[in-house]
Amino acid sequence: MLSVEQFLTLAAILFCIGLYGALTKRNIIIVLVSIELMLNAVNINLLTFARFGLMPSIDGQIFTLFAMTVAAAEVAVGLAILIALYRNRNTSDVRDQDLMKW
Amino acid sequence: MVEYAWLVPLFPLVAYMLLFVLGRRAQEGIVTAISVLAALSSFVVALLILSDVNANGPSEPYAFHWLTIGNLTLSMGFEVTALNAMMLTVVTFVATLVLLFSKGYMHGDKRYPVFYQYLNLFIFSMLGLVISPNLLQVYIFWELVGLCSFLLVGFWYFKPQAAAAAKKAFIVTRIGDVGLFIGIILLFVATGTFEYTGIFEAIEAKQFAIDWISPEAFITLVAILIFIGAMGKSAQFPLHTWLPDAMEGPTPVSALIHAATMVAAGVYLVARSFPIFEASPDALTVVGIIGGITAIFAALIGLTQNDIKRVVAYSTVSQLGYMVMALGVSAYTASVFHLMTHAFFKALLFLAAGSIIHALHHEQDIRRMGGLWKKMPVTGWTFLIGALALSGIPPFAGFWSKDEILLGAYESGNMFLFGLAVAAAFCTAFYIFRVFFMAFTGEFRGEQKYFDHAHESGPVMTIPLVLLAIMATVSGLFNAPFLGHAFEHFLNNGGVVGLIHEPSMFIMGLSTVIALLGIGLAYLMYKSKTINPERVANALRPLYNLSLNKFYVDELYHYVIVKPVVWIGHLLNFIDKWIVDGIVHLFGQGALVGSLGLKYSQNGQVQTYGLITLLGAVILLGAALFTIGGVQ
Repeated sequence: MLSVEQFLTLAAILFCIGLYGALTKRNIIIVLVSIELMLNAVNINLLTFARFGLMPSIDGQIFTLFAMTVAAAEVAVGLAILIALYRNRNTSDVRDQDLMKW
Repeated sequence: MVEYAWLVPLFPLVAYMLLFVLGRRAQEGIVTAISVLAALSSFVVALLILSDVNANGPSEPYAFHWLTIGNLTLSMGFEVTALNAMMLTVVTFVATLVLLFSKGYMHGDKRYPVFYQYLNLFIFSMLGLVISPNLLQVYIFWELVGLCSFLLVGFWYFKPQAAAAAKKAFIVTRIGDVGLFIGIILLFVATGTFEYTGIFEAIEAKQFAIDWISPEAFITLVAILIFIGAMGKSAQFPLHTWLPDAMEGPTPVSALIHAATMVAAGVYLVARSFPIFEASPDALTVVGIIGGITAIFAALIGLTQNDIKRVVAYSTVSQLGYMVMALGVSAYTASVFHLMTHAFFKALLFLAAGSIIHALHHEQDIRRMGGLWKKMPVTGWTFLIGALALSGIPPFAGFWSKDEILLGAYESGNMFLFGLAVAAAFCTAFYIFRVFFMAFTGEFRGEQKYFDHAHESGPVMTIPLVLLAIMATVSGLFNAPFLGHAFEHFLNNGGVVGLIHEPSMFIMGLSTVIALLGIGLAYLMYKSKTINPERVANALRPLYNLSLNKFYVDELYHYVIVKPVVWIGHLLNFIDKWIVDGIVHLFGQGALVGSLGLKYSQNGQVQTYGLITLLGAVILLGAALFTIGGVQ
């Protein structure tokens, strides 16, 4: 039986990898994937506490399902924006997306 | 009738509002008709009130609640006593005639309707001041009077001297007003009321809610503070300098200021609050000495002035000194009596002077007048009557009132004041007859064409002169000893105020002889030329220069007060401009420069933002952990 610390450590490691990727990778698709990674780390946390928390219940699992559904929708929208960006500016480098500056 | 006393100031106020609505292009005739009718209505009401008070004695104050702040209620209202019934009548009488006279004098002025607006507001303010039953209301009207005098003295504001004179009048009287205001507030703090009646009761009982000063000292302090206000308004030494300068205004304004409204306010205030002064012998001494000094000081300056209006102006200052001195020696009745007679003969002298000035195309220098008697008989006669009244020749008005003041000074035992008063009486007779002889007799010394043009003024100007001349002749008889001191009985109806002395033939004789001596000297110097005025002036050159230059008081003020104040003003301006503004600008510029630098951090790189957000979150989290104690 795995302990709660192990689950949380896994989630933390996943989150940090995701964060690192989101802040450093140049390709927008990788950034998007990294964000999904962080999202899934959060999902693991939710499941862990739904199972081992102070008040174990099914709410955490339901919430995770919701998050996955929303993430799927979000990926669809995100990819659509990416394609639009690529068509317009002919680049997928995150550093080139700097129109919102002074 | 007394309960309708509020009508008296109401008429001029309504006239003012009507003229205000009619605007600047109103017909001269309509403007004059409205104003004169309003003032005349006030005069009629005032006369009815006077007869009512004469028959039934003074009334209780009528008051209504004006403001309630916490458990403090301020009231407004009006009251009619013998003193202010008399004042109402005199003010409305003189005002009516001045309004009429102005029709001739101001004819053709571009701002004719505005002039009448100001005059009406002025009259309203003075009447309001007179019927006020409490000091707060007095102060409000007091300032209104000051404002109107500013507007009227500066009526010809395009003349730089007039603009300067208006400012001077406003600022110098304001110095006095500050004293008055402090006095009123102190009285309020000590007695909890602004009402005359309440204050007088507290003064009598010597019960004050103030413990940092003894009751006697407090009364003296308050009396002197109130007197400082009166000094400003009534042009007492050393705050007299504004009044002669106020001559830059149109002559009817001078007549109004000098006779009935502005300067009378100061004497009136002291007379009205006389119980406060009576309770403090020290304050009375101060009042008496200031009055005496003013009387002789202004009379000495009057001896050598060459501007006809300035001579009359200094005579006003001098006569006001008499009134104040009379109050100082507790000759209350004499002072108020002189206030009344002076209002008539001084308005007369000013309007007569205005008539001369008008006829000579605004020539005011008596050295360029002469021989006007034949050209302007009515003006000449009325001026002569005014001059005789001012000199104190029986049976003209000034004789009776001045005589009572001299008597009061004599009986008070203060021979210094008595001497000052007698000397001032001599000077008064001399300088006014100097003007008379120089203007009306001898050869005309100005340009011949002006003399050829000169003619008697029209009826709108001569009728007021004649009416005032009649009053200047008979108004003294109101209190003549052989007619039973009618005025004295009237004034002291509600209880005797001040001291009343038995008439003395010695004083009467003395004052007449002194006045005749003054007139005689003026005759010898300026009519028969037995004594050459030039030689006298040369012989007494330093004294002559001192008098001609008004004892250098203006210059003294200029160097001792005006210059340092201007210098301090420059200093403060510097501090304000460079230090206060500098600090404000420092912050403004700092914010601007800071944001100019910060804007470059907005580089649009979403990953940089994310990193900074992360760092921020980590710092916040760390700080939270440390403060809560999660990290040992």
